[in-house]
Amino acid sequence: MSSPETPTKTISDFEAKLAEADKTVAQFEADDASTFNVIKGVLRRNPTLIPAAVLIVSYLAFGLVAFAMDHGNFFRGTVLSTILQQMTVVGFIALAQTLVILTAGIELSVGEILIMSALIMANLGVNPGEPEIAGWPAPLAIAAGIGIGALMGLLNGILITKIKLPPFIVTLGTLSIFRALKLAYSHSESVRNVDIEAKSPLLLFFGQGFKFGSFTVTFGMIGLFLLAAVVWFALNRTAWGRHVHAIGDDPDAAMLSGIKVDRVLISVYTAAGAICGLTAWVAIGRVGSVSPIAFGDINLASITAVVIGGTSLFGGRGSVVGAVLGAIIVQLFTTGLSVAVRVDDYWQTFAAGCLVIVAVALDQYMRRASK
Amino acid sequence: MTQPIIKARGLMKRYGTVVAMNGCDFDLYPGEILGVIGDNGAGKSTLIKALSGAVTPDHGTIELEGREVHFRGPEEARSAGIETVYQTLAMSPALSIADNMFLGREWRKPGILGSVFRMTDRARMNAFAREKLSELGLMTIQNIDQAVETLSGGQRQGVAVARAAAFGSKVVILDEPTAALGVKESRRVLELIQDVRKRGIPIILISHNMPHVFEVCDRVHVHRLGRRLCVIDPKKHSMSDAVAYMTGAKLPDDVNEAA
Repeated sequence: MSSPETPTKTISDFEAKLAEADKTVAQFEADDASTFNVIKGVLRRNPTLIPAAVLIVSYLAFGLVAFAMDHGNFFRGTVLSTILQQMTVVGFIALAQTLVILTAGIELSVGEILIMSALIMANLGVNPGEPEIAGWPAPLAIAAGIGIGALMGLLNGILITKIKLPPFIVTLGTLSIFRALKLAYSHSESVRNVDIEAKSPLLLFFGQGFKFGSFTVTFGMIGLFLLAAVVWFALNRTAWGRHVHAIGDDPDAAMLSGIKVDRVLISVYTAAGAICGLTAWVAIGRVGSVSPIAFGDINLASITAVVIGGTSLFGGRGSVVGAVLGAIIVQLFTTGLSVAVRVDDYWQTFAAGCLVIVAVALDQYMRRASK
Repeated sequence: MTQPIIKARGLMKRYGTVVAMNGCDFDLYPGEILGVIGDNGAGKSTLIKALSGAVTPDHGTIELEGREVHFRGPEEARSAGIETVYQTLAMSPALSIADNMFLGREWRKPGILGSVFRMTDRARMNAFAREKLSELGLMTIQNIDQAVETLSGGQRQGVAVARAAAFGSKVVILDEPTAALGVKESRRVLELIQDVRKRGIPIILISHNMPHVFEVCDRVHVHRLGRRLCVIDPKKHSMSDAVAYMTGAKLPDDVNEAA
């Protein structure tokens, strides 16, 4: 054993000093408590504060611009209600997309699943070919539509896990396949609003609502917030949600930790498909009719919303609240630029593009700060 | 002779044209600490992965307590009671320490919240994780809720070891558990290994650190070129003997074939 007089000689001798080791839990003075660092720290711990702040600031900014340019009161209830009504469908799809992107995947076929499900719901429920004969009962038609959505998601999941193809390739392929199938199934014909109203009005449920003064609340909005709460709970309070995060983070580590990666991935794509099917019902209510060529670019819009909400495309990190906020932000810019600033349509697209780039740049900056 | 807990015979594994295991045998007896040493590329990690279910051998048999097992994945080995700390640690950086410790075996809340809503019992898992880390002396972890990516390499390794020690019920496999650890933490891991053994659970320790291996192990399995070259008693052989065997500088007395 070593003592102050005799220097350390043997290999294990140096460990004798361990008896004197400090036993307290480490504590550090925060020495860089400048306002900037404090804000950065809070944002790092609560990443959804960024889209929330962007939302509030830009809402106020559009209001001021509208006031300054004498374009009316942007803060009136109808404008906010319109924004929320218009983002509902994208918001739903963004929830499905969040699930997939959390696993470091991507789902490009969401729009086609949505339309396919909507076509099946409407055609089964309305039976438009034969005006005299009633269609299926609405609940059955809706269940069939959601079921078909889940099946299409399941197909994506099976191709990704069992044939081991990248999600981008699989969903790019099924995007075309589902698009062709939907055109073949519908003979490129829309289902008219009058037919739906006459024969299966339950399909329009999510478009209805009630008024608070000038603010219209639709059941679609309520549905969106309810579903967001359900998805949030599943991702943050159940083991399945932890597994989804772990797989996106590091699939090999997840496998070694005893997670059945394939099974969880298939469940994620199936759930995303089912959400798309549910969204079909919401979309019928929102639009009033079903056109086989509607919602063509909702896959990219949903990815935009998810990314603006602070979810990483590399998987493992992201938030449900952020996805909904992201969808609202995109719609706020679209509506704001046309109502408050009154510029041409293409500048709305321009703004959405800038938003994505700024959002990701900001996200990367925060990440680096945390390393 | 007592019956081995794990007995493997003639394990073979090829990755394409690379032979990782070439007729490897393996025995682990109850209550012992077995060291596994070998050169880089000798196939130690593949052997360990075969035992922990992460790799399916092409040929050969593995018996757990006398019954032949065929693990199709790590989760099956884990539910059979074999817990492993991998060299890569197998942790999800963005998840918290407690999340990582319980990954794949989360505790659910009692009652309807757990059974119907599948809600996890985070308070209980956090308390358990904190307790296990304190046992390991990982006092420098301030917050059990912090993400694993904010920990140092050594702290991560500590968490991985604590996870295996807490849940292993039949066998604990440690692949280089002290490689990234400081003096104090290495000592704790070695003490922890002894503690686990006192609970009657045998341990497989893969390490390049000869002093550690010779200090705690009862037997040392020398791995060379994809198979077991010999098993030596660390009390009867010196560290330089072991190094000579595993590098091929010298053949052990009872082995005649050139490995």
